[in-house]
Amino acid sequence: MDFGPHLMLASLEGAVISAILVLTAMGLSIVFGVMRVVNVAHGEFFMLGAVFAWAVTTMISGHAALGFVAALIIVPVLVGAIAAGVDQLILKRIDYDVDRTIVATIGVLYIVQQSTLMLYGPEARPVEPPFNLRLALPWFEFGENGFQMIWPWGLSVTTYKLFVIGAAIVVLGALWLVLTRTKIGLVMRATQQDRDMAQAFGVPVGQVYSLVFGLGAGLAALGAVLVVPIQQAHYLMGGDPLLLAFIVVIIGGLGSLPGTVIAALLIGMSDGIISVFFSPTLAKIIATFLVAMVLVFRPQGLMGRVAA
Amino acid sequence: MDWTKSNALHIGTLVVLFALFFILPAYHVGAFSRIMVLAIYAIGFNLLFGYTGLLSLGHAMFFAAGMYGFGLSMNLGGLSVLPAFLIGVGAAGLLALGAGYLALRTIGVAFMIVTLMFAQTFYLVILYYGEYTRGDEGFIIQQTQRQIAGIDLTTETARYFTAFILFAVCFLAMARLVQRPFGKRLIAIRENEERARMLGYDVARLKLAALVVSGLFSGVAGAAYALLFGYVGASFASVQYSIFPLLWVLLGGAGTTVGPLIGVIFMFYLIDISSGVTNAYMLVAGLALVLLTLFAPQGLAGTLRKRALPWLP
Repeated sequence: MDFGPHLMLASLEGAVISAILVLTAMGLSIVFGVMRVVNVAHGEFFMLGAVFAWAVTTMISGHAALGFVAALIIVPVLVGAIAAGVDQLILKRIDYDVDRTIVATIGVLYIVQQSTLMLYGPEARPVEPPFNLRLALPWFEFGENGFQMIWPWGLSVTTYKLFVIGAAIVVLGALWLVLTRTKIGLVMRATQQDRDMAQAFGVPVGQVYSLVFGLGAGLAALGAVLVVPIQQAHYLMGGDPLLLAFIVVIIGGLGSLPGTVIAALLIGMSDGIISVFFSPTLAKIIATFLVAMVLVFRPQGLMGRVAA
Repeated sequence: MDWTKSNALHIGTLVVLFALFFILPAYHVGAFSRIMVLAIYAIGFNLLFGYTGLLSLGHAMFFAAGMYGFGLSMNLGGLSVLPAFLIGVGAAGLLALGAGYLALRTIGVAFMIVTLMFAQTFYLVILYYGEYTRGDEGFIIQQTQRQIAGIDLTTETARYFTAFILFAVCFLAMARLVQRPFGKRLIAIRENEERARMLGYDVARLKLAALVVSGLFSGVAGAAYALLFGYVGASFASVQYSIFPLLWVLLGGAGTTVGPLIGVIFMFYLIDISSGVTNAYMLVAGLALVLLTLFAPQGLAGTLRKRALPWLP
C-alpha cells in the first residue's frame, strides 16, 4: 500500500479511537465541570460497561443485534445507577472535599476492579458485533491516464466501525441538546456556575450531583458497550481509557466541554496515526510527558479560562 | 515534658522492633524486614503529604529510581553495594529535584495529575529500555554481590538488622527534622500557605526542599528493597506503588511520626491474610481506603492523638 491509502486507514482507526474517547472523556469532564470532583474510578465504570455488555449479550439469545441493542439501552443506565449509588453512599458524606474524593475514588477503583475479578474472572471475553460487513474503500489519484479511482488492496473498513463513529456523533448531539435546551441541563449549568446560589434558588443540588455523577459514568459505559465488539471485555481494561480521558480533559481545559471534544479528536487521531507509524510505547511516553508539561505551563488547558 | 515523652515513644518503638527479632517466628521476621523497608518509603511520603500537605500520586518514580539506580549500577556497572546504594539514593534525589521544580509550579488537583503523569512516563521509560531493565520481568541481583565488607546480607539475621538500622536512622532523622524549624515551617505551609508566605518564608523553596527530602527517603527505601530482597522490577514503578504509601500514611495517621510504621504493619498483614483467602486481595485495600476517608480521615495514630494523647508527635 502507498503512503496515502495507509494514512487514510490510520485516520479511520484514529476516528474510531476518538469516537470512544470523546464519550469517556465527556463523562469525566462533566463530572469535573459541575461537581469539581476528580473521579479516578472513571475507567472502572468504563470497564463495568464492557463487562455488563458481555453479560447482557450472552443472556439474550437470538440474533446478535438483539442482544447488542438491549445492552446499549440497559448497560449505561445500570452503570449510571451504580455510580449514583457511589455518590450517595460515599462522595456525599465526605462533602466532595477534593483530596478526600480522590482517595475515596481510588478505593472505589480497587473495589470495582477486584470484585469484577472475583465474579467475572481474569479472562478476556469477546462480544459479537451486530453487523460486520467489510467495505472496500476507493482511493483517487492522478496517474498516467489522468484522474482515476482505484481500489487498493487492504484499504477497507467494517460497517461496525463506521457505526461507532456515527453513534458517538449522535450521542454528543443529544448531550448538547440536553445541556442547552432542557430544564435538567439548565439546572446542571446553574449548579456548575454557583452551587450555593443554585441551592438558594431551590435547586436540589444533592440530587443534581448524583445525576451528574451517574451521567458521567453512563457515558463511559456507553463508550465501552460500543467498543466491546472491537476490543474484548477484561477486568483491567479501565486503566488506559482513564489515563487517555484525563489527558483529553486536561488538554481541553478542565471542565470545558468544547475543549474536551477538540482534544479528544486531536488525541484520538494522533494516537491512531502515531501507533501505526511509530512504536506505541514511545508514542505513549511522549504523549504522557507532553500532557504533564501542558499542565505545568498552561494549567488552564487549551480552551480553559484562567482562574478556574 | 512532651519532648521527653515523644523521645521515649521513638526509642521504645525501636526497642520493640529490635526485640521482635528474638520473639517472632521466622516467617514474621521476614515479614518485618520487608515492613521496615516499606516504612522508610512511607516516612518519606509522610513528610510531603502529612507535614507539607502536598499529595503526590507519583512517588513510585522515586522508589523505583532508588531501586534501579542501585540495581543497574551493580549489574551493569559492576559496582559494590555502598557506592551503588549512594547512586540509587542520589538518582532519586535528582529526579525529585527535577520533577519537583516542574510539578511544584502547579497546585491542588493539577499537582496530583502532573506527578501521576511524570511517574507514568518514568514507568514507560523503564519498559521502553527493556534491553537493560528487563521490563516487567525485572532482574535479580545475585546473592554473591549482596554483601558489605564480607557480611552476607541475604541471611535472615543480616537482612533484619540491615533493615532495622536503616529504618532506625530514617525514623529518628525524620522525628528530629519535624521538630526543628524546618519541619514547623512545612506545617505552616500545610495549614495556610498564604499566611506562611506573608510571614516571609520562601514557600516555593521550602516545598521543593520537602519534596527532595521525601524523594531521598523513597530512594533509600527502593535501594534497600533491591539490596535486601535481590529483585528489581518495573511493577515497583507502577501506579499501584504510588498509591500504597498514600494508603499506609492515611491508615497510620498523616503528619505523625509513628503513623507510617503503624500503617505499613496494618496493611501488610491485612493483605497477607486476605491473599490467603482470595486472589482479589486489592479489594481489601480499596475497602480500607473508602472506610478511612469516611470514618477516620486522620488515621489510627491521628485519631489516637485527637482522642487521648494530644502530645503524640
